[in-house]
Amino acid sequence: MQIVVCVKEIPDPEIPPEKFKIDADARRVIPPGGIAPVMNPYDERAVELALRLKEKYGGKITVLSLGNPASVSVVKHGLSMGADEGVVLADQGFEGSDSFGIAHILTKAIQKIGNYDLILCGRQAPDWDEGLVGSIIAENLSIPLVTLVRAIEMIDGGLKVNRITLDGYQVFSVPIPAVATVSSEVGRPRLPGGLGIITAARKQVPIWNGGAIDADLSKMGSGTARRKLGKLFIPERKSMCEVLQGETPAEAAIKLAERLRESGII
Amino acid sequence: MESNRGILVCGEVADEKMTATTQELMTMGRKLGDGLQQPLNVLVIGKNLEKVAQEAISFGANKVYSVQGTFFSELNPDNYAAIIVKVCQQITPSVILLGQTDIGRDVAPRLAAKLGIPVTMDCTELNIDPVTKEILQTKPVYGGNAMAIWVTQSNQAQIVTMRPKSVMADKPDPSRKGEIISFNPTIDDSMTKVKLLETVKEEMKGIRLEEAKVIVAGGGGIGGRDGFKLLEELAKVLGGTIGVTRVPCDEGWTSVNLQVGQTGHIVSPDLYVAVGISGALQHMAGCSNSKLIAAINKDPEAHIFKYADFGVVGEYRDVLPALISKLKEFA
Repeated sequence: MQIVVCVKEIPDPEIPPEKFKIDADARRVIPPGGIAPVMNPYDERAVELALRLKEKYGGKITVLSLGNPASVSVVKHGLSMGADEGVVLADQGFEGSDSFGIAHILTKAIQKIGNYDLILCGRQAPDWDEGLVGSIIAENLSIPLVTLVRAIEMIDGGLKVNRITLDGYQVFSVPIPAVATVSSEVGRPRLPGGLGIITAARKQVPIWNGGAIDADLSKMGSGTARRKLGKLFIPERKSMCEVLQGETPAEAAIKLAERLRESGII
Repeated sequence: MESNRGILVCGEVADEKMTATTQELMTMGRKLGDGLQQPLNVLVIGKNLEKVAQEAISFGANKVYSVQGTFFSELNPDNYAAIIVKVCQQITPSVILLGQTDIGRDVAPRLAAKLGIPVTMDCTELNIDPVTKEILQTKPVYGGNAMAIWVTQSNQAQIVTMRPKSVMADKPDPSRKGEIISFNPTIDDSMTKVKLLETVKEEMKGIRLEEAKVIVAGGGGIGGRDGFKLLEELAKVLGGTIGVTRVPCDEGWTSVNLQVGQTGHIVSPDLYVAVGISGALQHMAGCSNSKLIAAINKDPEAHIFKYADFGVVGEYRDVLPALISKLKEFA
């Protein structure tokens, strides 16, 4: 199976909230100093799912990232997990693109890679939390789409795809090529091993610009954004917590029980 | 698309009723419609829709587009998107509202891609700028660390999904009048690219999280499958049910269907007992509408205490047995 996984570099979403800073005037997030960006955790699970499929059915995995030349590091992370090839897309003309622009650029790169059976993306990224790009790629390529995917099997030359829902799951029969957006229920992504890291370090990751993928200037960049960001702000939160004291945790627990009773909840 | 007019709510139907989230969307749609002086339309799909259509009118719909067909729960997402596209071609609405639900998360992006129009996912507020009449779409970003307000024109076609429980649904008014239009779009087979083989609802023990009055939730601090026995005991005493953060799901300690958070269940119980939960924002996005939050965590600096009304600092294995036995005394 020929798989392309789209991955995004984001500020580490696990940083403590007090380290999270924005530039309200410029309406942008200030990257936290000293904390390296990471691969979007949902994309990391998409790489994991791709690796499981390759282990079962053979094939090749290409990791694709739209970012800047430094995004080579997230692509290398995918390679060290076991992906075969990587590509970074970087060009000043890409900057300021909305989800439609980003999907256009990724679509063009996927077409250049060619010969794909399955395109995997994370279900969303914990920065802007939209979850649009995979769906727009499917529409651009006019191929089937399943979202919130936790498992994929190959059956009779097509795919059987398991989609997670709030209270269960759905199963779809999907012809290839197809797009799937991957949810965290895939399970923990593997940690790169020593050999993987060495292999990845040796691999060349080409950087493609707009010209290399024949990107259409009228479909990307800040001028094509379909909405504008009016304001970015950090919501205020006042702590009102009454911490119950006691000689022992058990004593504090008894006070909690009493407070819950006083509040009329029980 | 210039000069689009009218709000379109894409309604969800379960057991011949609008879902709670759809009632919230209707309330928001009526508010927008009144503010922009535009009509409120609703699309409902399913079987035996007469009651649902009347219900929609009682929530303020001017026109109900009723598509008789498969049960809403068995609807193929390709077909659903295709039906909405057909309705949009006919009535050219300005604001298309969906819930940030299993179906809305999937269909809103498809629809945006098909129509080439902007979409803002998972909004918690939707307002009209009093001066410019622009639509202001407020949504949490960076896991809730920040809020973004996206701005669009009110006469352009656009899609918004609303986070469940971010709007308080109005009371229906049965005296309202509206029109029911039977809509039978022809869907080209080429639009149906996937086949839905089955939709499985996993039987959950106890109460649905969305409807629970009390939730006892466990996080990474529980440390393993065994620890949840204590939480279940506490839930039983309180007449509540169990929820979890992402860590217990990832680790396989509990079912993934119990996850509370931005990508899981959005809950609003009277009491949320957070045990061994650090308070990651993506989790708090699912439970911060709780009336009362009690947190038990051994780390006094844990972020959860910023959200909690009551806190106990301590190892949950020491705290819960005493809490359970005291609560039993009250029972």
